[in-house]
This record gives sequence, C-alpha cells and structure tokens, in this order.
Amino acid sequence: MKEIAVISGKGGTGKTTVAAAFAGLCKGEAVITDCDVDASNLPLILTPDIVREEEFKGSQMTVKNPDLCVSCGQCRKVCRFGAIDENFDVIPVKCEGCGTCTLVCPEHALSMVERVTGKVFVSTTRFGLLVHAELFMGEEASGKLVTQVRDVAAELAESEAKDLVLIDGSPGIGCPVIASIVGTSLVVMVTEPTLSGMYDLDRIYQVVNHFSIPCCMCINKYDINIKNGKKIESWCKEHDIPIVGILPYDTRVTEAMVLRKTLVEYNCLSEPIKGMWEKIQQMV
Amino acid sequence: MKIAVASGKGGTGKTTVSVNLALSLPHVQLLDCDVEEPDCNIYLQLPLKKLEDVSVPVPEIDKEKCTFCGKCSEFCQYNALAIFPQDALVFKDLCHGCGGCTILCPENAIKEKKKCVGIIESGSASSLEFLRGVLNIGEAMATPVIAALKEKINSEKTVILDAPPGTACPVIETVSDCDFCILVTEPTPFGLHDLKLAVKLTRILNVPCGVVINKAGIGDNSVEEYCKEHNIPVLMKIPHRREIAELCSEGIPFVKELPSWREQFRNLFSTIEERVQ
Repeated sequence: MKEIAVISGKGGTGKTTVAAAFAGLCKGEAVITDCDVDASNLPLILTPDIVREEEFKGSQMTVKNPDLCVSCGQCRKVCRFGAIDENFDVIPVKCEGCGTCTLVCPEHALSMVERVTGKVFVSTTRFGLLVHAELFMGEEASGKLVTQVRDVAAELAESEAKDLVLIDGSPGIGCPVIASIVGTSLVVMVTEPTLSGMYDLDRIYQVVNHFSIPCCMCINKYDINIKNGKKIESWCKEHDIPIVGILPYDTRVTEAMVLRKTLVEYNCLSEPIKGMWEKIQQMV
Repeated sequence: MKIAVASGKGGTGKTTVSVNLALSLPHVQLLDCDVEEPDCNIYLQLPLKKLEDVSVPVPEIDKEKCTFCGKCSEFCQYNALAIFPQDALVFKDLCHGCGGCTILCPENAIKEKKKCVGIIESGSASSLEFLRGVLNIGEAMATPVIAALKEKINSEKTVILDAPPGTACPVIETVSDCDFCILVTEPTPFGLHDLKLAVKLTRILNVPCGVVINKAGIGDNSVEEYCKEHNIPVLMKIPHRREIAELCSEGIPFVKELPSWREQFRNLFSTIEERVQ
C-alpha cells in the first residue's frame, strides 16, 4: 500500500482543493483521508455519508474527589501545565492528563479518567471511501488522532484491496503534520508565490527532509506573483525537488468550492491537475 | 489590552490583519504566536535578536541507579520511556515534560535536563515592539514556545497576538487570557466552516470575538448571514483586490501603500475597545 500526503506549511495555499481534485481522479481506487483534524474541510467537497464512527480516546484527565481534598496544594505545586486553579480544582482545557498530581496527593483525592476527545468517521463518497475525524474543541493530542485516522484508513485499504491512501494534511510543521507525513511514500507540497508561502515552504521542506520522505511540488496561484513563482522554481531545482504542477490563479476555484465540486468536476484547471496526478502516480 | 488574531482556517489573512493593525496604532507590542510558521517579520523586515532559548525538561535515567523496575514507563502517559530488563530508553520527542517520572522513581534514578525546542526573538521599530517564537524543525510541541513568548507581554501596551491556524492546543494557549479575539475569515464554505469552530473556541475560553472578512467579494454570503444570525459583529471587510493581494505576496503591509486603511484599522481598534469596556 502506498500513501500520498498533500501538505503546505502555510495555510490557505490550496491543499484541500488539490487533494479533493486528486480524490476525484482516484475513481474509487483509493482510501481518502482528511488528517486536518482540527479544521477538517475535505468533507465539505466530498459530502460524505457516514457509515461508521469510532471514539477517539485521546487523553486522560484528572478528576478530584472534593470530599477527600484537604486543600494542601501539593497538586498545584507539581502541575507544570497550570491546570490546578487557586481553589485546587482541575481546569479541564489545561490538563494534559499526565497524572503527576495523582502521585503527590496525600489524600488520594485525585484520579485519572479516560476522555473521549474526538471521533473518527468512515464514510462513503462519490469517490469511494473517506476517513476523517473531529477533534473536540480545545482538546490535545491531535497527532495521536491523525495516527488513528491513518490506521483506520490502512485497515480499510487492506480489507477493501485498495493500494493507495490519499492524505489531506494540516498546515504548520508541528505535531499533526508530522503524524500525517511520517512513513508516507510521497509528500506533495502545495505552495503559492507569496513571501510567506515561500518562507513556510522552506520550513516544511526541512521537516520532510528531517524524516527523509520523498517529495514533489505544486505551485498554486502561480500568476499572482510571477517573479516569486520563478524563485520557487529555481529553489526547487536547487533542492532537486520535481515540480509536478503549476496552476494559475482562477476565480472559478472558489465557485467550484461554493458548489461543493472538485475542480475537475467543475472543469476548472482540469488538464494541469490531471497531468499532475499522472506524474505523481508515476513517482510512487 | 490583549487582542488575539485567530481564524480556524489557515491562509485567511491573520498575519495581514495583525501586522496592519499593529502598524496603525501607537505603543504596540506585536507577538507572533504562530511559532510553527512565524510570518509577521516577512512584512516587518526588522532586524531580530535572540532573547532566549525555550527549553522543556526531559528525563535522563542514571543507569547505575536504575533497577529497570518499569514503574516510570508504566506511568508515562506519552510512551516517552521504555524499560527493558537491562536497559532504559527515553524518547525525548514524545515527552511532555510533566516531571511525573522523576517524582515516581523509587531509586531516584531519574533527573531532568533541558531540551531546547525553540527560541524567542525580538526587534523594534519606532512605536512597535515585535516579539516572536520559532519552533525548532522536527519538534512537535509548539505550546511551550508560545507560553514562553507570552511571558514577555507588557500589559502597559496594546498587545496584538497573531495566532496559529486551527483550534487545537497552540491556539488555546495563544487566545486564553486575551481581552478580545479578532477572527479573520474568508467568505467561502471552508472559511465559514472553520469560523464556526473558532467562534466555539472563543466561547469556551470566554473571550469576546468579532469577525474581519478578508477577500470580501469572492464566494458567497453565508459568512455574513451566519454572523448576523449569531449576533457576532462584523468589524471590518477587506475587499478582494488585486492591489492588496500583490502587496501581500511581496510582503508589504498594505497600510504602507494605501494609507487610508490606517484610519480603518484605527476604527477597528476603537470598536474593539468599546466592546471590551
């Protein structure tokens, strides 16, 4: 089984739009996943019918038995996350579930409970199976949830005999992004010719390199700044990164999104996207 | 006053709003809290100097003292410790630095040492003080860097915090304790979907919010309808204009080239001030 991840570093460069178009081109031969678990947008285009959902038990949390608490303050002293307030009550959004407070409580007034902090969904879509997730508001461990999404997708790929998993990643370079790309066969980096796009690209590329994952580039909205676009091209050459596609800025991209269609379905930039997908398939 | 600028969705214009607002007001402290991809200084171009390293404590096991009892690895919620019959391993990247293992170890064999996960840098220009955190490449946890950055807040000034995208822990760390949160969105289905999440987040954190619609004119009306329905003020609209997009792509804050916008950002600030009081 191969896994292809679409990421960007900077947000809003068109990851999900490109990933949705690829999903359409897979024609049911891949398991599609949305690993942007804190702001999952791919389902907005794929309009899934959820067939199964499972709980994500992402973390534990301390609970206090107020009858046993003698307000000695030991817990507050050892908590490094500021999760015990001045009344020695637990602040749920700040609790990392480490359990250190339970070690020091002389009255055994603190215990840990497992928390359901998200959900993983398996759906059917017009392009085949989709796995996506929802991390409940303010919860931790988005990387762990991404891993669960990828595990579910891998199981489905196995049982449904699909040899490809397509991953829509999240912005940034931290925990959920690392969890989305580690061990994949190929990373497609989608960038835009803005200075911030270019700066973020450089950082995400270092992460991709750090984990030694093969990668390729898609330059989106190329003509919003051709000078910068050319700089990205020479940067790619310098770093030996194949450019698999160059897409122009097109206002119809937003029109397609409003209608919940992929670019190929809306017949917008279809040819360069198909060309890009062919090159990517050859690469894996 | 502390104003966070957040969005849910990436690429809606958080940094654009943060920087242009900061450049339109006197006595501002601008904090770039998007430590994974800190972009403010692309627009500011300030010479930066490093203030400090941000470190998190990670355990170090003294194998002379360790009896390989395994209590630490059993306790660790993050699987950062692995104990074998003759060996003990620490996976620093997984450690959250809670310190539980050091308290727990019956042999006193675990000490903590510092691991650097990022840096804090600063620069200044006339009335603007700029600070940013930068997460080291390959590090997973942005929150300690944001927390260290927020330690530098000078509450005498107007503090603007440019948040990372999303709604997970780094955003919570940035937005909590702020007096107001500007939510920047674009009028598209993706923008609306993620705006709803961001609104929910500000409600949980009990921080009042208002919306700035960027790239106004593209997409549809659903963002404005949503704001109206839920009584969320639309504080400002930035039209989708090639001129503005080009300036942004070159890393030029558009208030510099289109000075009439300074007034609009000042008005935005006054509206927020009124709402907070």
